[in-house]
Parts: sequence; C-alpha cells; structure tokens
Amino acid sequence: MALLSIKNLKAKINETEILHGINLEINPGETHAIMGPNGSGKSTLASVLAGKPGYEVTDGEVLFNGKNLLEMPPEVRAREGMFLAFQYPVEIPGVSNTNLIKSAVNEIRKYRNLEPLDAFDFISMIKEKAAMVEIEQSFLNRSVNLSISSNEVFQMAMLDPVLAVLDETDSGLDIDALRIVANGVNKLRRNDNAFLVITHYQRLLNYIVPDYVHVLYKGRIVKSGGKELALELEEKGYDWIKD
Amino acid sequence: MEENNNILDNIAESEYKYGFVSNIEQELAPKGLNEDVIRFISAKKNEPSFLLEWRLRAFRHWQKMKEPNWAKVKYPPIDYQDIHYYAAPKNFNKYKSLDEVDPEILRTYEKLGIPLEEQKRLAGVAVDAVLDSVSVATTFKEKLNELGIIFCPISEAVHTHPELVEKYLGSVVPYTDNYFAALNSAVFSDGSFVYVPKGVRCPMELSTYFRINASSTGQFERTLIIADEGSYVSYLEGCTAPMRDENQLHAAVVELIAHKNAEIKYSTVQNWYPGDKEGKGGIYNFVTKRGLCEGENSKISWTQVETGSAITWKYPSCVLKGDNSVGEFYSVALTNNFQQADTGTKMIHLGKNTKSRIVSKGISAGRSDNSYRGLVKISKKADGARNFSQCDSLLLGDKCGAHTFPYIEVANKTAIVEHEATTSKISEDIIFYLNQRGISTEDAVALIVHGYAKEVLNNLPMEFAVEAKKLLSVSLEGSVG
Ligand SMILES: Nc1ncnc2c1ncn2[C@@H]1O[C@H](COP(=O)(O)OP(=O)(O)OP(=O)(O)O)[C@@H](O)[C@H]1O
Ligand SMILES: [Mg+2]
Repeated sequence: MALLSIKNLKAKINETEILHGINLEINPGETHAIMGPNGSGKSTLASVLAGKPGYEVTDGEVLFNGKNLLEMPPEVRAREGMFLAFQYPVEIPGVSNTNLIKSAVNEIRKYRNLEPLDAFDFISMIKEKAAMVEIEQSFLNRSVNLSISSNEVFQMAMLDPVLAVLDETDSGLDIDALRIVANGVNKLRRNDNAFLVITHYQRLLNYIVPDYVHVLYKGRIVKSGGKELALELEEKGYDWIKD
Repeated sequence: MEENNNILDNIAESEYKYGFVSNIEQELAPKGLNEDVIRFISAKKNEPSFLLEWRLRAFRHWQKMKEPNWAKVKYPPIDYQDIHYYAAPKNFNKYKSLDEVDPEILRTYEKLGIPLEEQKRLAGVAVDAVLDSVSVATTFKEKLNELGIIFCPISEAVHTHPELVEKYLGSVVPYTDNYFAALNSAVFSDGSFVYVPKGVRCPMELSTYFRINASSTGQFERTLIIADEGSYVSYLEGCTAPMRDENQLHAAVVELIAHKNAEIKYSTVQNWYPGDKEGKGGIYNFVTKRGLCEGENSKISWTQVETGSAITWKYPSCVLKGDNSVGEFYSVALTNNFQQADTGTKMIHLGKNTKSRIVSKGISAGRSDNSYRGLVKISKKADGARNFSQCDSLLLGDKCGAHTFPYIEVANKTAIVEHEATTSKISEDIIFYLNQRGISTEDAVALIVHGYAKEVLNNLPMEFAVEAKKLLSVSLEGSVG
C-alpha cells in the first residue's frame, strides 16, 4: 500500500485556485523531490498536506497510511507521522526546545498508546538522536533557535516521522545548513519511512539523492522521472517543460 | 407585589428603629449600612470595645469618602445600601452526594485534579465527620502550638490575643487608606490571623490547614500576619477550584508586618466566579493588600495568580521601611471573556539599600481588559535603593486589551530603577507550528502560557504551582482556534 496517495488534489487560498489537480504516490522507503519555478505551488502543496489554516481543498483525495488525511486536524496528521520542516524559526518565549520536543514526543506516544517518557528516558533519547543526526545537544536548552536547520532536523529525528516534508526556501540553504539537513535525512532514511523534498535547485539533490523527481508547474505535476531529471532541469532550466 | 415589598421594607425599618441590635439572635442584618448595623456586627461577635470604636471611626470616615474611579475598570454603580453586611455563617452543605452537583462544575474540578473528598467539600456536599483531614488538622494545630505560632480566625484572635490585634490591626492599611479599606474596616466579617514568634521558622505552608477548614469566608475578609524578629512564614490564600459566592462585592484587606530579619511569603490563587461568557454576573474583587517591612533585613514577597472575578482591583504592596529590606511582587493575571483586571503593586522605598523586584505577567483573551498599574517610589532617605520591574503582556486574539501604567517617583539620586515591558501575541503561526508537532491547540496554548508565566509560577510552593498551571490552561480553554 502506498504511504501517501494524492489524487486530483485541488486547493485554493483567498479564493484563488493554486493547485489544479495533483496526483502523487509515495511508497515506504522512497524519497521524492518536487522541483519547480517560483510560485508554482510547491509550498502550497506542503501546507495543504500539513493542514495549515487558510487553505481550502476544493476537490480530490489524500490517503495517508490508508486514512483520509484531509479530515484530520493538523495535530492528528502529525501524530499519524506527518512531519513538516519549517523554514523560519518560530520563537516561543519561555519555552525551551527540550520542553517543546518533550510535549511533542509524548503526544505522539500517547496517540500510539505508549506511556509518556520519564525524564531519564527522555534524556537518553535526546543523546541518542542528537548523535544519530550529528547535532550538538548544547543548543537545546535555549528557547531561541541557533540554527533553524539543526533544530528542525533534530526534531525530525526525535519524532521519527513516517513521512517528512522538507521545503527549501527559494533562496536555498547555505552550505552548512545543506549538509546538516542532507545528513539528517540520509541518517533517518529507512525502508518504512519516506521523504518529500521540495527544492528549487538541483544542488540539494546532490546530497539527498531522490528516487523520483517531479516538476510542479502552475499547480500541476507536469513531468516525473528519476534523479537524472533534476540534472536535466539544472542544465536546461524550466522553459522546455512549459508547454 | 410592589406594595408587599414596601410593607416588608417598613417592617425591616421599624425593626431596626426599635433596636434590633439587642436582638443578636437574628441571623441577618437588614440591608444597608449605618452605625447600628456596625454595632450589631460587633455585638454578634462579642467584640471588645476598642474594636467597635475602631469600626465606627472607619465607618464615619468612609461616609466622607468617594468611591475611586481611576482604575481602568467599568461597572454599574454599586448601591451600598442594598447589601446585607452581616449574615450568620450558613450551613454550606447543600447536597447529599456529588451526583446532585452540576456536572459542569465537577468536570472543572476533574480538570484541575482536585481530590474527591475536597471536591465534595467545595461543592457543598455533606462529608462524614470522621475524615482524615480532621486528624491532619489536629496534628497540624498541635505542631503550631508547640512552636508558639498563633494561627486562627481573626474573630478568635480578637478574644485570645486582643493586645496583638489592637496593636497591629490597621497599622499597615489604616481605614483612611482608601474607600474599600474603610468599608472593610467598618464591617469586616472574618479572616485569618497569624503570629510567628521571634526566631521561629514556620515548618509548614499555612494552607493545608486553612483549606481543610475553609468556611465561607465571606465578602469582607480581613487578614493580619505578623512575623516577629527573625521568623519566617509562608501563607497560601485561596484555591484553584472555582469559587462562587452570592455576594457580588468583595472588599478584603490583608496586612503583613515583618520585623527585623523576618520573612513573609504570601501566595494567592484567586479564582472567584468571573461571570458567564456574555459577561453577566461575577465577583467584583476590590482588595487592599499591603506589607510593611518594619525591621532591618526583613523581606516580604507577594505571589499571585489571578484568574477569577469579573473585576479585579488589587495592588499588593510593600513599604520598605527597614534598612536592607526587600519587597517582591510576582503576578500572573489572566482575563478572558469580559473580565477586567487592574492590578499591580506599589513598592515604597523608605529605608537605605532597600530592594524591590516586580514581575508582572498579564494574559488577556476574549474581550477582556488587563491593566498593570505599579508605583515605585524612592524616598529622599532611601540611599542605594534598587528596583527592577518586568511587566509583560500576552494577548490571545485581537479583541482583548493590555495596558501598562508604570509610575516612578525617585527622590534620591543614588537609587537605581529599571523598568522593562514587552507585549506579545500568540499568533496563528505559533499554534500551527505546535499543532504540526502533534500538540493540540489547547495544549499549545497551555505550553505557551506556562512558559510565559514560569518565573511567577516557580515562586509558588510546589504543589500550588502544579494546580495553578492547570488553572491557567483551564481558564483559557476555547479561547484560541
Ligand atoms: N496568501 C496567499 N494569498 C494569495 N495567493 C497566494 C498566497 N500565498 C501564495 N499565493 C500564491 O500561490 C502561488 C503558489 O505559491 P507557493 O508559495 O506555493 O509557490 P512555490 O512553488 O512554493 O514558490 P517558491 O519557489 O517561490 O517557494 C503563487 O502564485 C503565490 O503568489
Ligand atoms: Mg515555496
């Protein structure tokens, strides 16, 4: 069974339809990349999948783990294993990263009928996961994120999602961040989870090698292929697919 | 009907004309306030004459005063002649079992994690006399007795320790202080009295006992706490369970006196009925709380979590008279729906090297209005005085208001006064972020609010802090998303 199955998804924001019928299947163990020019709807797709308020789905169906994703509130999607990496830091005064992650981990455990972690197990888990994705633990005690990439990668490791959606900013990641993110994803890849990597540039895909590449253009997937498609796009630009 | 009422009024009036004062069997004073009513209250309590005289002086003074209107709160005029100023303590047990209690109230108790026995007591369900708590209270009392700590209703202290009451009552909050303090002095019903002798450290929070024995404390509560030289006491007032009261007007007075090297920690959780979602009903809570750091190196620390009442008007203050004395004020005031709070503190620096610290965290939701009002006053002689104030506001939604009114008066050049203020908003983006991490909107708000109020909550005694946290979340339920 596909892990994520999107059929004819149409969505609008502020009365303007942005996604005009998306079809996409992601199976366990796969990494998919979505590329496309500015404004093609990549971030919109990510937001709709995560259930961000303000978007209205007007048609289509999305199954996640065989369940109707669109009926779930955002927190249930997260508990089902959907993870959206954020591009910009969200600061919550007085709430440390550790505190936030602990709540998140325990919510997800509760959903899976597991006991909440006690302080001791939680700290061991932090150590284990931080080591796994090679991130320094020291920043975790601050309430302000030092590096958004490190933080998101660490959270991803802690929450162990079934499907992680990463949306690169249109300005792209700097080289340090690129390495952190790619390394994290590669360490977390397994045959029972999947990644959806959204990017403008081929560069990221040198580090995270995708199984499939899709081109999103004006709210539709206009072309799909293997990892070579990314190289082709890099070389020829997007113009040749715009017909 | 109208006519009937008139007849009843006439009867009541004539009754009082002919001296109901002598008839102290009566359970209820007629509505209205005059010297006879005050004599009646005092007679009911069999008070010594110094107290009656004091009440009367307060009343005469009150008559010359005007209700204050400077606070940023609005309410219809209060008819002070339409209130009963004395009612005998009623039998609180209205129900035979919890099944008869409003399920809504029980759900709230549940959410707050209040133990079953205590739920019964709070809801007014008859409980067996043979209760664990009774014996707990007894051991508690014995322990305090051994140490010479006096902890009893003030109405009792008036008889057992009249010299202490006479010496200290009104010494920090004189009846001339303000309108509500004058009213309270004239008619106060009851409250707590604490005296901790020299060098004694009170080994327990003065709360457990209080909560077990809390009777309906009434609308004009009066509390007096004296910490003699080198002593320490921590006192907890209120509880997290929602408290209802048929009296809309509450005007309490709390006085604290800390002698040389003594420390008083006073913590409050206030959750009086705030009115319904449309803003109907709810308690008007006009409170005067003040502590006097009388001696050198004394310290008074106020911590309050205010979530209840339709209107809160309250400024727990410290008069730092002794050299090197310290005053602290930690406050979380949460308003939701149509609640209005105007709260803050006054730090009056008189002695040398006196220090004060103010941490105020306002949280506004719904259509509520939340104001911080604080005065830091450094007198001429207060060499080396220091104050630090942090006043933060957190807004949920865009129909509520937050206001800060800091007043600073410095008459000594060596003083250092620092004031910081921030306003932040719980944005949809933050909520979505937390949702995306598997945290529900309700829990997200709780997480944010607990983080925000941490510095204040950390000052509460441990077990109280846990309850107060829950209370903040419960009070904000449904206010976002
Ligand atoms: N709040 C909004 N109201 C109206 N239109 C919007 C809104 N947000 C985005 N859009 C429009 O939706 C379209 C898709 O935007 P989206 O951000 O999904 O593109 P993208 O592929 O992620 O672009 P980029 O590569 O720049 O990140 C754009 O035309 C954009 O202008
Ligand atoms: Mg984008």
